[in-house]
Parts: sequence; structure tokens; C-alpha cells
Amino acid sequence: METAWFMIVAFMLVCYVILDGFDIGAGIIHFFVGRSESERAAIIRSIGPVWDGNEVWLLATGGTLYFAFPVLYASAFSGFYLPLIMVLWLLIMRAAGIELRHQMDNHMWTSFWDFIFALSSILLAIFFGAALGNVIRGVPLDATGYFFEPLFTDWGVTGATGILDWFTVLSGVVALIALGVHGASWLALKTEGEINLRARRIVSFGWYALVAVTILSLVAVLQVRPQLLENYYVLPIGWLIPLAVIGSLVAIKLFNARGSERNTFLATSVYLAMMLGGAVFGLYPNVLPALDPAYSLTIYNAKAGDYGLGVGLVWWSIAIVIALGYFTFLFRTFSGKVAVEDQH
Amino acid sequence: MEALTLDRIQFAFTITYHYLFPQLTMGLAPLIVIFKTLAIWKKDERWNQTARFWAKIFGITFLFGVVTGIPMEFQFGTNWAAFSRYAGGVIGQTLAMEGMFAFFLESSFIGLFLFGEKRLGQTLHWLSAFLLFVGTWLSGWFIIATNAWMQHPVGYETAADGSVQLTSFWSLLLNEWAVYQYMHNMGGAVVTGSFAVAAMGAFYVLSRKQVEYGKMFLKAGVIAGCISSIWMLFPSGDLRGKMVAKHQPVTLAAMEGLFDTTAGAPLVLIGQPDMEKQRLDNAIHIPKMLSFLTYQRWDAEVRGLNEFPKDQHPDNIPLLYYSFHIMVGLGTMFIALMTIAAFWLWRGWLFGSNWLMWIIMLSFPLPFIANTVGWMTTELGRQPWLVYGLFRTEHGASPMVSSGNVLFTLLGFLGMYTVLSLLYIFLMLRRIEYGADELAIAAEIPGQEVDLGSAA
Repeated sequence: METAWFMIVAFMLVCYVILDGFDIGAGIIHFFVGRSESERAAIIRSIGPVWDGNEVWLLATGGTLYFAFPVLYASAFSGFYLPLIMVLWLLIMRAAGIELRHQMDNHMWTSFWDFIFALSSILLAIFFGAALGNVIRGVPLDATGYFFEPLFTDWGVTGATGILDWFTVLSGVVALIALGVHGASWLALKTEGEINLRARRIVSFGWYALVAVTILSLVAVLQVRPQLLENYYVLPIGWLIPLAVIGSLVAIKLFNARGSERNTFLATSVYLAMMLGGAVFGLYPNVLPALDPAYSLTIYNAKAGDYGLGVGLVWWSIAIVIALGYFTFLFRTFSGKVAVEDQH
Repeated sequence: MEALTLDRIQFAFTITYHYLFPQLTMGLAPLIVIFKTLAIWKKDERWNQTARFWAKIFGITFLFGVVTGIPMEFQFGTNWAAFSRYAGGVIGQTLAMEGMFAFFLESSFIGLFLFGEKRLGQTLHWLSAFLLFVGTWLSGWFIIATNAWMQHPVGYETAADGSVQLTSFWSLLLNEWAVYQYMHNMGGAVVTGSFAVAAMGAFYVLSRKQVEYGKMFLKAGVIAGCISSIWMLFPSGDLRGKMVAKHQPVTLAAMEGLFDTTAGAPLVLIGQPDMEKQRLDNAIHIPKMLSFLTYQRWDAEVRGLNEFPKDQHPDNIPLLYYSFHIMVGLGTMFIALMTIAAFWLWRGWLFGSNWLMWIIMLSFPLPFIANTVGWMTTELGRQPWLVYGLFRTEHGASPMVSSGNVLFTLLGFLGMYTVLSLLYIFLMLRRIEYGADELAIAAEIPGQEVDLGSAA
């Protein structure tokens, strides 16, 4: 049962990263793709009706995590206190950037919110990447089951660790580039003309950076947490995941060169899913490894009661089917390309 | 200040600020459905314009509700880790269900409702308004069920590690306390929504612009306001009060400022609790009324604070007492105002009575205050417990998060929410300036409105 919930939470997290990933990605490259005010308006319009629904996956994932593994929720959220609250502030800023921009037709107003949108998207990507980096590296949990990490200490991965060290910053950079490319492939799919060309160019240049940081992060993970490979030896089918990462990278390159926008977007989505999937596969059954393995939180010592988890399987299955229905309807209603309108 | 105090201040501040927005959206949602229904039923385009106008207000308010709501879920983990560890096995259930059932519904249909009118056509657009209403009210249910469990825990068992775990899904979801709390809370949201609509109408009529829409707003707002204000007293307020009397008698005593057990207890209208001398100063009261309201007998005995050990008393009795009395006082005024307004409307005097429209216009902030102090009554009344009778507030905070870190984030929230307030007020004033009449025109100016319907 706890394994089922581990997979459910992982599935929801992947959905979140793919969905909110493309609108955060659009923010990362906002100023690179949208050179004029009306082009930037088109970028916002391409995510306008869907970004809110995408972000809800974060809330729903958080809620499900709280429900299934309350001990993990308590330890991780209080341990990552400062960065999490900053993520909240960034989410507030970003929402304001997207939704307030079009409330007034004034150059200063729109420029300001464009800037806020881009800045908060960039920082969010880095924070999320660093958060995943922390989970992979492990945190200083003790016998009480709690920990608290300052934002940074000596940037090393052992001893008194901070949220930010060389490894987690690298994870942040991976996330920034990966989501940037993902966002570019979304914009290529949703726009035409000049913006479309620029977005596709970002995919093709970003691809080299993506390949480089993917390799770099793999090497770094093996440095910091070689235990991550253990599950792969136990269950060799897991090796399909890194193969899929390579496959998706090749696919991004090929499809983008051919101008097949939908397939490029699917390929960047698969890339994100497989990168996350690879980490999750290696972590199981840990949900939050401790620097001292004796104190690690696992699906067994972090889970809620069996009765509650059993009932949850019933309503969760119903809810996810309904939710997927909404999303299909929503994305179909707003399918098609967004035009750049003359603003004046 | 110690971390616990700061944790409490931060949660109180962020939740109080947050709830200013959902109470308006939950109150407007059913009214917008009514406007859309009237538009289709009476084939009157003006009701559609009314719906569009309020949809704009709804959209901005909804956004502010979402962004200030995310910190609420997070803070259960960040600031109240010990509580989450203790109670997550039960309330994780309702919080996760809110995400899965309500948030997905709301977030999908807000986009469709705000941007999809042209693409969807009138019937599907009505449906998206309706589902948005269902989503916001469903969200309310899961939150109330969570809070109700903390007020009146049911359907749980204590596990070996000291945490509580769910044993009965339906008793959590259909907690008796939740039913009455929900009735009262949602009624309060409709009061806020109705007053906003009525006040906006009064403003337009008085300022002699958009007069036609102003009258429609007034009419709708006054009728809904009259019904919902009465609903707050009877049956919902009455039932809600009896729950407190039954399950939290010490809270009832503190709310009423009843220090000593009294047979035929009076209902206090006004007066100041004096905690040092353990008595109520300058009290004006209705004799025997409290006994009657609580137990339907004029001479029934109501237990006072002296009957309960000091460590069970709510930790801020004067604030609890004032919160409750302000709520009741305002609620009584709402009934009086809206009953008069409804009568004037029926007689056809309302639109000529400037004095009455002035009062309606100026009273729009009052329901926000009433809802806030109502929640303060609920939450202060639960003290010193986080989970009533089981888990004390002082044991709930995150053990490793120091006071300096909490103060940092508290100050950050204060700053950020100040900016949000200014933005919200600015955007609302612009909306009001536009009015309902000019929405159709505004929609024609590219860049003013995000409308994917015309974009693709």
C-alpha cells in the first residue's frame, strides 16, 4: 500500500513538473523569445488559461504527500523552512506577473510585470532543482525526526550542510536549463512567426547545454549518493530509465530540426519525466534520506495509518479520472496557436 | 518573542488576510450563476453584462485567494510540523481531497469561465459558472471538515507512536460539527457577496452613472443579503451556538463573559471583561436570555468559567469575548438594514431613498469584519487546544524552526501582503470606474482583455 502511494505521489510530481514546467519555462525565456510588448503578451496568452490549473498540481501533490506521508511532510517542510517560504513568495509574485500584466494598457505597467514574471520563473526553477538536489544528497535528520537547514553554509555536501551547496546549485542549474528548453518547445508549439522561430532556436541551442548538464549531474550524483544505483542492480529493468533519457534527448534534437513541434514538446516532457523518474526509482523506499542513514525517512516510517491510506486509494482513483477529464477538456478548448496582436 | 508566539501570529495573520478573498468569491459564485441563469431565462443581455462585470471582480479576487491560500497548506508543514506529525493521519485526508476534488475543478473552470465565453457558447458557459460555484463551495467543505475535526475530533484512534489515525472516513467527512459550521460559514460568505453587489449598485445609482446596472445590482444584492443575513441568525447561528454549548462549554462561558455559573443566565449585549477581578464591567444585558437560547428554559443553569480548571480556559478571553460580540452586533445590524432595504425595494421606494443607499454603500466592509471576527471566535474559542481536548497549541509548532527565522518570514509576509493590498484596491477601483456598461467596449481593445477566443 505504501508503495502504491509512493508511486502516486511520484506520478503527481511528474505531472506537476511537466505541466507547470512549461509555463515556468516560458517565463525563464520570456525576454529572449518575446522581444516586443505584443510578443510578450502572446507568450502570456499562451499560458493564460492553463497555468493556474498546472500550478494546482503542486498543491494537490503537496496535499497528497501530507495525507500519505505526514511524517515526511512535517520533517521536510519545517527543515526546508526558509526556501519553502521563499518559494511561496515567488509563486505569489509570479501569479501577479501573469495575471496583472494585462489589467492595464501602460508600458511601464506591462514591463514591470514582465520582469517580475521572468525573474520569479527563473528563481523558482533554481529553487525546485535545488530542492530535489537536497533530497538526493540527504539532509541532517536526527533521532527526533527533524532537521533544520540554513540557506547555505560552506557549500560542501557533508557535515553541516546548507540548502545550497555545489551539488544542489548544480541541480538548480539543470532544472533551469531543462525547464527553459521545455518552455521553449511549448512556445514553439503555441506560437507562429518570429516568436516561433526564436523559441525553436532556443530549443536547438539549449539542447547542447541540456546534454552537458545532464551528463554533469549524473557524474555529480554518483559522487554524492552512489547508493542511488543500488535499486538499479536489484531491478535491472530500471536501466530503461537512463536509456529513455538518452532517447528523449535524441528525439528533442531530431524533432526540433524537423520542425515537428508537438513531438518536440512530447520529447521534452518525456525527458523531464525520466530524469525525475530516475531519481525516484533510485530513492525508493527512502522518501527523505538522512546524511546518517539510520535516521532516513522511508515509506514505512513516514506513512499514515493503513485504514486511511486504503480509503484514499478509492477516492484518489475517482478524483484523478475526473481531473484528467477536466484537463483534456481545458487544453482542447484552448488548443491551437496564439497570434501576436498589434497593441496600439 | 518565542517561536511559538511568532508561529501563531504568522498563521493568524496569513489566514485572516487570505480569508478576505475566498469569502467574497464563495459569496459571488452563486450570485453569478443566478445572473447567468436570468440572462438565459429572461433572454436579457443586461444580466449577461452583470455576470461579466462580477466575473471580472471574481477573477481578480480568486487570484488573490489562490496566491494567499497556497501559504496556508504549506504552513501546516513549515510552522506546525509537530501538529502535522500528530494529526496528519486524519486531516491529511480532507486536505488532500480538497486538492484532488476542489482545486482541479476550480482551476480548470476558472479559465474556461473567464476566457471561454465565445468558444463555449451560452449553455456551456453557464455550466462552467455553475461548476466553478460547485468547486469553490466544495473547497469550503473540505476546509470546514478539517477545522471541524480540530474543534470536535471524531472517527480517529491513537496509534502506538502517539499520533492519531483515521478509523472512520464518513464520520470525518460528515462530522456533525462540520455540517453546522458549514451552514453558518457559507451563509457568511453569501452575506459578504450580497453586500458587495448591493453596495456597488448603491454607488452607481448615487453617482448617477451606470444607473441601470446599479439598480439591478441593488435589487439582486438586497434580496440575497436579506435572505442570507436572516439565515446567519436562524437556523445556522442558533445551531452553531448549540454545538459550542454542547461540546465546548468553557468556550461558551468565555464568549459570553460568564465568570460564574448562573441559573437563568442573562444575555450580555455590551460590557468589558475584567480578568483581574473576574467579572464583567458596565454590563448591559437581557435577563435570562442566554439560558433560554442555549437550553430553551428561562431558568436553566449555564456553567461559568469558574467551573473549569484554569488550564482549560481559552488563553485570550477578552479578545474571544469581543470577537463574538462584534460578530453578533454586526449580524443584527445586517438583518435590520437588509430587511428595511428589502421592504423599501418591494414598495418601490429604494431607488429614491438616498439615505438608505448611502448606508448600504458604506456598509460593504462590515461583512468582511463580521466574517473575520466570527472565525476569530471559532479559533480563539478552541484554545488552548489545536485539537480540542487532545493536543495543545503549545506542542504543535515546528521544534527546529527558530524564532529569528519565523520573524523573518512574518515580516516578509507583512511586506508582501501590503503590496498585494495596494494592488487589489487599485485594480478594484479601475474595475468600478469601467462599470458593467463599458465591458463590451473594453473587450474590443486588444491588450485590455486576455481573450483567447479571438486570439486563435
